[in-house]
Amino acid sequence: MNWLLRGGRVVDPAGDLDRVQDVLIRDGKIARVAPGIPVDNVPVLDLAGKVVAPGFIDMHVHLREPGREDEETMETGGAAAAAGGFTSIAVMPNTDPWNDSQSVTEYIVSQARQRSVVNVFPIGCVSKQGKGEELAEIGDMVKSGIVAVSDDGHPVASSHLMRMVLEYTKIFDIPVIDHCEDRSLSEGGVMHEGYHATVLGLKGVPAASEEIQVARDLILAEMTGGRIHIAHLSARGSLELVRRARARGVRVTAEATPHHFSLTDAAVSESAYDTNTKMNPPLREEADRRAILAGLADGTLDAIASDHAPHNAIEKSVEFDHAPFGILGLETSVSISLDRLVGGGVLNLKRLVALYTTGPAGILGLKRGTLAPGAAADVTVLDLDRNVEVDVSSFRSRSRIAPYHGLKLSGAPILTLVGGRIVFDGRA
Amino acid sequence: MTPEADFRLRHRHLLGIEPLDADEIRLILDTAESFLEISRRPIKKVPTLRGRTIVNLFMEPSTRTRSSFEIAEKRLSADSLSFSPSSSSVSKGETLLDTARNLEAMAPDMIIIRHASAGAPHLLARICRSNIVNAGDGAHEHPTQALLDAFTMRQKKGRIGGLRVAIVGDITNSRVVRSNLFLLKKLGATVVIGGPPTLLPVGLDRLGVEVKPRIEQALEGCDVVMMLRIQRERMSHGAFPSLREYFNLYGLTEERVRLAKKDVILMHPGPMNRGVEIANEVADGPYSVILDQVTNGVAVRMAVLYLLSGGAAGELAA
Repeated sequence: MNWLLRGGRVVDPAGDLDRVQDVLIRDGKIARVAPGIPVDNVPVLDLAGKVVAPGFIDMHVHLREPGREDEETMETGGAAAAAGGFTSIAVMPNTDPWNDSQSVTEYIVSQARQRSVVNVFPIGCVSKQGKGEELAEIGDMVKSGIVAVSDDGHPVASSHLMRMVLEYTKIFDIPVIDHCEDRSLSEGGVMHEGYHATVLGLKGVPAASEEIQVARDLILAEMTGGRIHIAHLSARGSLELVRRARARGVRVTAEATPHHFSLTDAAVSESAYDTNTKMNPPLREEADRRAILAGLADGTLDAIASDHAPHNAIEKSVEFDHAPFGILGLETSVSISLDRLVGGGVLNLKRLVALYTTGPAGILGLKRGTLAPGAAADVTVLDLDRNVEVDVSSFRSRSRIAPYHGLKLSGAPILTLVGGRIVFDGRA
Repeated sequence: MTPEADFRLRHRHLLGIEPLDADEIRLILDTAESFLEISRRPIKKVPTLRGRTIVNLFMEPSTRTRSSFEIAEKRLSADSLSFSPSSSSVSKGETLLDTARNLEAMAPDMIIIRHASAGAPHLLARICRSNIVNAGDGAHEHPTQALLDAFTMRQKKGRIGGLRVAIVGDITNSRVVRSNLFLLKKLGATVVIGGPPTLLPVGLDRLGVEVKPRIEQALEGCDVVMMLRIQRERMSHGAFPSLREYFNLYGLTEERVRLAKKDVILMHPGPMNRGVEIANEVADGPYSVILDQVTNGVAVRMAVLYLLSGGAAGELAA
């Protein structure tokens, strides 16, 4: 696959680059990045006025395959990722069966290779069947391609197990990703515990439920020297804990989602109990949202991840109490980030690209997220001036659940290449 | 009476008190006055809603609210039917939306819904042509209860504005308290909330109420005291150690009643736990208006049904 990407603004945090350049792709790899590359017999994509970035990585995605193919599959999830500007996704192990063994990992890897247009990196379980009891066979899964471990959705409740996995994963130098939630505080909760939960009469999940487990994980990471990654950090107290731990040298990284930095618990009130505002961790308060914005800008947060969580529409169209947690994210993440973070003046474009490339690539140890010569030609092209209106009916995902329908945003991914192959072309 | 005879509700549904303005609340209370009169006649029936179909969809056990709505419907000559989970397909796994769609296919004019989950009436309102009346949704609202409480306060005290109303008990899990709080604030009363800190939700301060963790402080100088039912299952959630200790700390005793104004009235949304939140002799005491609340409930619900079906203040058939 050969291309010349001509005249785009190349933003590559890995190479500390933000300049108009050409990018030459040969045999699915980046061959050269330089101004005015002369070529013949290579097809040219004129990208003047557009942003050319290393392929974006979403490190927190639920593909639902195997087990819930009615909600998402390798094909639909892959197509949604490509349309959202992503070239790589890391997929959580809470499938049916759980990805807790080499055979499930191999299944995911082989199915993804055949049926997904983007790169799929599996995340394995911490414990067998995500039960939080015994360690899963992590070594076997690493051999087959997992890039991290997590019992996502089932927070690791046992401090002993968390200690063990932080020690054990040092063999492979992979991070332990924890969904931090003290279930004894959050049980039965369906939204953030605060003013809006009180007015709506819904049971709340206090910020302390997350903060307590973040604090515990940080203490154990410090004690063991293991690598902890905090998934979808939502509370300002958690952010402060991460900031201080990192200053002490604890090996901690953290991600935030677009919904946590763009929405608050007021959305549950304003939408009159729309279950598309129900996710875990819940939308929190304005002070939390602002803290996350600050954390994205100052580097306390390393990555933006969507926590793309497809659900069957029928299961979501029920009483708020009974609806499953989670919303889609792959097809809205980048536009929301461009609009709210870059458009909103929270951070510059290079920092944003880093949050989607070098950030997650560094955490997961992927040799991607860079336009350095020799790297895989994974490229995300953005149009900062493209105005979009979110239309859930146009999603490639099999699911339709998102609280953003009708939202007008400025900036969008318009072209996605994986290994030099065009997997999404949304140029006008 | 509201001066304009053609003043009507601005809402198709009664989902809660929060969306109503003070004029709409007064319109309902004023209209209920006329219906209370009907309930005192030998023949307690008017043709106001003849030919209208009302469905009572009670997906959570309720005796008094359902009976009250049913009597109100009969007195207005509406055709009504009652559904409850045990006798419907809900127990067979049908979703609330499917239940609602099936009911809608039979073209009712109004659906009264009681549900254990907050927001269930809002879900119905999104897809139904019928008028939806919230008869209690989870810990969210119970608007007709607050309206009948206000009606009773006005009946006994002549006003709502300026009253000091103490509400004591399990605030976190009470829909009655939320509806009352919104209504009383809109009509200018002072609301004092009392209860164990383990049963007080966060953010109450932003709702403009006074919060007193001890019942003695809450009762001091109040015109109205409203005791909330303590659900025994809360004890297992660790909110208090025993019913005995709850009564010792928060039970309304004659001694505690004396902390309120001399002419205090005592209310309770029912059903009461005698000896838990309220002493036996207090429940039957001279200041208790608990049975008036029940009587007034029918009149208030008649007013709500009448106004939601498009009635105006001045059109009431005498």
